[in-house]
Amino acid sequence: MIPTQFEYVAPATVQEALTALAEHGDEAKVIAGGQSLLPVLRMRLNAPEVVIDLGGIPELRGVRDDGDAIVIGAMTTHHTVLNDPLVAEHAALLARAGHELADAQIRHRGTIGGALAHADPAGDLGAPALALSAQFVITGSAGSRTVPADEFFVDLFETAIGEDELLTEIRVPKHTGWGAHYEKFVRVAHQWPIVAVAAAVRVAGGTIAEARVGLTNMGSTPLRARSVEEALVGQPATEDAVAQAAARAAEGTNPPSDLNGAADYRTHLAQVLTRRAVLAAAGA
Amino acid sequence: MTAVEDRPDTESAKEIGRDRRRKEDQRLITGRTRWTDNIALPGMLHLAMVRSPFAHARIVSIDTEAAKTADNVVAVLTGADLGDAQGVCINAWAITTEQLAPTHVPMPTDRVAFAGETVAVVVARSAAAARDAAELVDVEYDELPAALDLKKSAADEVLAHPDLGTNKSAFWKFDSEEAGTGGNVDQAIEKARGDGIVIEREYRQQRLIPAFMEPRSTVVDPTGEQITMWTATQIPHVLRFALAAGSGVPESKIRVIAPDVGGGFGGKLQQTPEEMITFAVARRLGKPVRYTETRSESLMAGHHGRDQWQKLTLSAEKDGTVTGLKVELTADLGAYVAILGGGVPVLGAFMFNAIYKFPAYQFNCQTVLTNKTWTDAYRGAGRPEATYAIERLMDELAAEVGVDPLVIREKNWITHEEFPFTTVAGLEYDSGNYEAATEKAKASFGYDELRAEQRRRREAGDRIQLGIGVSTFTEMCGLAPSRVLGSLNYGAGGWEHAGVRMLATGKVEITTGTSAHGQGHETAFSQIVADRLGVAFEDVEILHGDTQIAHKGMDTYGSRSLVVGGEALVRAADKVIEKAKPIAAHLLEASVDDIEFSAGRFGVRGTDQGLAMAEIAMAAFTAHNLPDGVEATLDSEATYDPVNFNYPHGTHLCAMEVDTETGGVLMRKYTCVDDIGTIINPMIVEGQVHGGLAQGISQALWEEAVYDDSGTLVSGSFVDYLLPTTADTISFDVHHNTTASTTNTLGTKGVGEAGTIASTPAVVNAVVDAVRHLGIHDIQMPCTPERVWRAIHDAGAGGRAETEGAAAPHFDESTGMQGTVDRTDGAQS
Repeated sequence: MIPTQFEYVAPATVQEALTALAEHGDEAKVIAGGQSLLPVLRMRLNAPEVVIDLGGIPELRGVRDDGDAIVIGAMTTHHTVLNDPLVAEHAALLARAGHELADAQIRHRGTIGGALAHADPAGDLGAPALALSAQFVITGSAGSRTVPADEFFVDLFETAIGEDELLTEIRVPKHTGWGAHYEKFVRVAHQWPIVAVAAAVRVAGGTIAEARVGLTNMGSTPLRARSVEEALVGQPATEDAVAQAAARAAEGTNPPSDLNGAADYRTHLAQVLTRRAVLAAAGA
Repeated sequence: MTAVEDRPDTESAKEIGRDRRRKEDQRLITGRTRWTDNIALPGMLHLAMVRSPFAHARIVSIDTEAAKTADNVVAVLTGADLGDAQGVCINAWAITTEQLAPTHVPMPTDRVAFAGETVAVVVARSAAAARDAAELVDVEYDELPAALDLKKSAADEVLAHPDLGTNKSAFWKFDSEEAGTGGNVDQAIEKARGDGIVIEREYRQQRLIPAFMEPRSTVVDPTGEQITMWTATQIPHVLRFALAAGSGVPESKIRVIAPDVGGGFGGKLQQTPEEMITFAVARRLGKPVRYTETRSESLMAGHHGRDQWQKLTLSAEKDGTVTGLKVELTADLGAYVAILGGGVPVLGAFMFNAIYKFPAYQFNCQTVLTNKTWTDAYRGAGRPEATYAIERLMDELAAEVGVDPLVIREKNWITHEEFPFTTVAGLEYDSGNYEAATEKAKASFGYDELRAEQRRRREAGDRIQLGIGVSTFTEMCGLAPSRVLGSLNYGAGGWEHAGVRMLATGKVEITTGTSAHGQGHETAFSQIVADRLGVAFEDVEILHGDTQIAHKGMDTYGSRSLVVGGEALVRAADKVIEKAKPIAAHLLEASVDDIEFSAGRFGVRGTDQGLAMAEIAMAAFTAHNLPDGVEATLDSEATYDPVNFNYPHGTHLCAMEVDTETGGVLMRKYTCVDDIGTIINPMIVEGQVHGGLAQGISQALWEEAVYDDSGTLVSGSFVDYLLPTTADTISFDVHHNTTASTTNTLGTKGVGEAGTIASTPAVVNAVVDAVRHLGIHDIQMPCTPERVWRAIHDAGAGGRAETEGAAAPHFDESTGMQGTVDRTDGAQS
């Protein structure tokens, strides 16, 4: 478990990091918390010549209030995110999913930006980011641009971040007063989810006024279950009504088959877990 | 109450039975100790293995030129380069005289037989340089069809070793009628087909990986008169013998040291190709060398365990009284016959009848070669397979008769008045009380209440159903009486050796031929010696794991260290006392016959005169005033050969909740009442039981070594080979019911494997019990949510048989570069 030799660069600012990226191009890999990249390097599945470590850039850490959104620095650890009061109040779904992510050691090392940029479709944060319509602030030498969650995840381990760009912030529109639940299905606790469902629901007078549902590990990217969301609006938060909407959870998905389960089993799970997630989020 | 240990009220308090904190834990838990991988010698070189990505292929050519010229590389060697000097790995247990076994050279020169087999070794000045250069070795393979599926391999559809002409290695049979220990099983089954009950089942023991904490590591220093090997092994003594036998180097020229070793579970009961290669390279270069495997290499190339199909036929009378049991096993050896090899399923041959009074019994086992990683001992070795089969069958019989699973067991088990009891497999069980253990377990478990809840949930059609699983297990451990091993054609004895060295200052050094790798021998053996010799617990030092220091031994496996090694220790200590008596008598001017030894003091009967053990030790050391003809030493040794195996037993009860919607399973309660005889240290025992339970539960629910169609191990990392953590297990309800063993002085029975052997069927029985009313009578292990769900939805088909041969994508080639030395990607490369 020894990586191939690489040059290690530790920029102190985003600007320095961008300069290093521009210099080394596709020979470089960016390391955030390292919880996915280090195993990849140690198993020699990737052999970059340069590793650029964002760990020493203070401006990339922290959670702040920005009017109708909260802004989370890309290098903020999972542990910080899931314990942050702003997140708890305005983006509870992220905290719910963060609690379920891997184990305590990884939550203290891993970062929200690193996990989202890695874009593992089984990662726990993609579906909540989709469900909360997060905005991804991507910074390059020409400045920053903002990409909506729907356009951020491109394919397996592939995002909208360009080769010479960095993910610097995640802006999450406030979902104050929304109910939230992350329903994760695993065989052992530290495992990636076989399937998971992220649900955020606004209930008014016993009726579902708005609903957002994201799916983990049901395709090559995290997915949003729009037909479920649409079917839920205006429905009572009852088992029968939610089950009827949840039956559409697998529409448009393309789940994998692997040693944790075949595609048809995942399809079934998505429906069951969606019902459970929505009901829990609705407090029913 | 503080965490400080309770001190005994009086000096005479016994050490045996105290929950002494473990002497070895400070260094083991902090890691501040000597493992193999942190041994560094002057001028030491490092090895990296080049491994085959193919399960079966002809080696066309190996080009080592680029690797040889890489930075800091000293040598690159192939099997051809080493020639006969690389030696062979031995099989110590040819289960039949006709057994077919391919020659197992550490690095084959012409053909690889499993994915992960080593074909070349790089020697460099650093481990990193060795690994870098290993990627530069260019091996051309001509892929051959691989024998992968066990049943197809047993039918010789594809040959794992074409030159052998068959995959069938050996066929081993025990028949109670032929042995004179019981009746004719075929007649019993035939009769039951007419007027009784016949239960026919086929169970799968999936392939498992021992997954010890410390990966295997070996250092060899060839620069002394003896070649010294430090290695992460359970068996330094057996390994020394095997190294000599396999390499031709005289045994007296080899010293093997097992320093602190991080677990084994049977996985380090082996003479490995890597050890042989490291040994050969050190000798070739005349320099110390070290090899430490990666976790991926460990999972891929360290021996695996279990992997059997079990065809079972049980016959009974209509009321559930058992009349016969026929076992037909097909066991996967993998690519080579390992050191115990086919002996592992044979160790189960005497245990399928378990605690039940079967009048007729037959065991058949066909061992089969395939192009997968070789298999050998894994915690329980043969006995978990047997216990699983019989305890699953007894639940099936209960369902057929329509009674509670405990009722069917009680009808058939040996009652406590019947001990000693000779079984249909020819073993004599010395002690036990199945009724008492079961009563105690039922009460603690809340059996009746949980049965009532189960009924309520069934009647209400709850989404969550409850199942209760029973396992009233026994096992044979304490390997082993040498005569029995001889009759089974095993290549060694089963005795154990111990030595006691009385130092001048009254301190004691103990040598033991057992070789701890986490068990707590240093603590438990100190307690035994403290009581036996009347010395302080702190004054006893346990020396082990070095063939120069503890020169004689049979090492640690098969729950033998206490029941065999402990008895050797007791006998050596008793010899010390006998040697001390004439010296005490001389110094006290009394007759030897009047000397009484008690609590560390040699007293003269009827007087208050006496001398402490330490005083006699000093007298023996100075030797100024010894009786004529008495040797100036108290040091003693003993070699103990057990006359019988040792039979722990227990009643394990498990409650599982099954989510009928997702197939997810959740453990609700686990109670066990084990009879492991006299307990030396309750805390160590509890640790052994907890760990054993977790490992057995893990076979039932989580672990499985999965290969794809090209013979690549897809569960090749801990991402895909699922091990539980504390987050996945519950607080176990652990109790004991003690009947002392009558076959050793201390009355002890083995505990190292008990939890693993007992728990697997308890869990699966509970899962099946939860959904039996839906028409299900089996779910193949591991009982994954998907299998449970499919069983429910396919109405009793047993869940999908084969696990998808594809890894999750977290760490695959889509993340970047592919092709490495410690992971294989088979035909996809």
